[in-house]
Amino acid sequence: MTVSPENTPLISCRDVTKTYVMGTQEVHALRGVNLDFKPGEMTAIMGPSGSGKSTLMNLIGALDVPTSGMLSIKGKNLAQMSANELADLRNETLGFVFQQFNLLGRSSALTNVKLPLRYARTPVADIEARATECLEMVGLGDRLDHRPMQLSGGQQQRVAIARALAGSPSIILADEPTGALDTKTSEEIMTLLTGLGEQGITVILVTHEPEVAEYAARTIYFRDGRIDQDKRRSS
Amino acid sequence: MKFGVALTSALEALKGNPLRSFLTMLGIMIGVASVMAMMAISDGAAKQVDAQISSLGANNLTVRPGANRRSGRSSGAGGATPFTDSTIKDLRNEPYALAVSARINGSGTVVAGDVNWSTSISGVNADYFISQAWGAAEGRILDDADVSTGQEVAVIGKTIADTLFEGSSSIGQRIRVNNVPLTVIGVLDSKGQSNFGSDRDDVIIIPIVTARNRVLGGHPTTPNYVSSIEVSVVPGFDMAEAQDELEQRLRTIRRIRPGKTDDFRVFNIADFIRARSSTQATFGVLLAFTAAVSLIVGGVGVMNIMLVSVTERTREIGLRMAIGARGQDILGQFLFEALGLCMIGGIIGSGLGVGAARLASKMGDFPVSISPFIALVSIGASVVVGLFFGFFPARRAAKLNPIEALRHD
Repeated sequence: MTVSPENTPLISCRDVTKTYVMGTQEVHALRGVNLDFKPGEMTAIMGPSGSGKSTLMNLIGALDVPTSGMLSIKGKNLAQMSANELADLRNETLGFVFQQFNLLGRSSALTNVKLPLRYARTPVADIEARATECLEMVGLGDRLDHRPMQLSGGQQQRVAIARALAGSPSIILADEPTGALDTKTSEEIMTLLTGLGEQGITVILVTHEPEVAEYAARTIYFRDGRIDQDKRRSS
Repeated sequence: MKFGVALTSALEALKGNPLRSFLTMLGIMIGVASVMAMMAISDGAAKQVDAQISSLGANNLTVRPGANRRSGRSSGAGGATPFTDSTIKDLRNEPYALAVSARINGSGTVVAGDVNWSTSISGVNADYFISQAWGAAEGRILDDADVSTGQEVAVIGKTIADTLFEGSSSIGQRIRVNNVPLTVIGVLDSKGQSNFGSDRDDVIIIPIVTARNRVLGGHPTTPNYVSSIEVSVVPGFDMAEAQDELEQRLRTIRRIRPGKTDDFRVFNIADFIRARSSTQATFGVLLAFTAAVSLIVGGVGVMNIMLVSVTERTREIGLRMAIGARGQDILGQFLFEALGLCMIGGIIGSGLGVGAARLASKMGDFPVSISPFIALVSIGASVVVGLFFGFFPARRAAKLNPIEALRHD
């Protein structure tokens, strides 16, 4: 069988385990996870607290390293990458959206979106233009100079999404992106994220809310550090 | 490291908390200001010493007759046979001698019109003005012809001119010194106070021949006597070597047999002043060290605030790492922040230091010397302090685990 690019998993997890040592106790956050993510597929990860879903997000986000097993993104084994290479991977390939937005409070929306571009190793020709473009994509073209304090929660999350998009990533990792938002605003944010999936960006989101998970083509349920269910929506 | 983003992030952080930035800088400001003021003061003292030395005539060796020993009894310093005009003539031929001045000293009363004044009187040869680096402010100084023919002329110090003639020109005026009428041909440049506190401008200088024959009188046993000699050494000639050669030459002239002690003394006044002022210099260095301690205390303050800043902004650091900042980017950002604090503090501090030095100079009536070099050293020191005390907090920030940093509240 020939491997077409479409069938190559963008992200691949093989027997991934993660064990935290808390004092004298070992906490097994992940107990052997095998998962592949295809380009452009939107995936929701659900499960009770402590089931390991956030741990998996951190591993995929190259923010943490697995205790055992192999994790690769675009065919590259993360274990073999240096700290600087991982930083560059986060900058170029990954985009993060957090529950608490994590915007720089004293900086304008535009400055916040520029930040990843300013850390980029391959210089972006026009940082200003690219950041403006991203804010326009999320519908905040008229709020460039507003500070986070002057924006609603939904708008702040849009700024965060624009920031995640700025470096043209292939993967967006959203950890409870609607956790701090009301239902209507959640819908807006989810519509926005779904739209990104349609543009070919792989969106992986962690959520507690089944309504949010319904936007995803694939839903994975975690329980006790293992995959409990892995369902694809029949389209 | 991405220089631009590290720098702008650091500046934004400094601007974001202006009061805290200012208070942190204050420690550095005070440290730099005191280093600068102390250096200016000790440098000023050193410059004053240099000025004193050069006003004495740089590179001069002074020769005085020593003690005369006869039948085991010493006559005391200056008791030995004085030098004479022929000693001066002999010494002039020495290769290291630029000028050889001859002098006899005395005191007397000067009268001009109805004003009279007691002052010191020096009889000198023309070389005296070379060895003292002393010129005329008005009129002229004595020349060889005045000296050899024993002209009845005088060159007076500024104090004498002010006392006798009170503003009107002294040149051509007739004065009587110890009842000998003399014509004033010049007023000397002001030399101010001597190193020992006497007024160097309170003097009348006349040809040595005139002094011996008419004003001060000769020596009871030695005709053409000279009581002290100053040899100006050719620039570049080693002073110690010149002193050795001079001593050898004088032993020959004065026919001192090998093994016998010298009946004269040669000394270097500049050395004497330098030795005296080295105490002053040590004191200055001590002050500068004390000031440096305050700069270090300021640095510890910067480190403290930087550690607080890193802790406060842990989430921000986590976020920056998540969006692709490398460890060195974070390191750079916090290092620039500490450097910014120290450099701005250093620049303001050197301004304050200049002010403090000027004020101290005015109030304490001593000279200070403020050079760009001192300012550079002070600001440089604050940069070193910034790097040194900024590094530890910055490295701590750079080594944070991104996940733990993001979860920090």
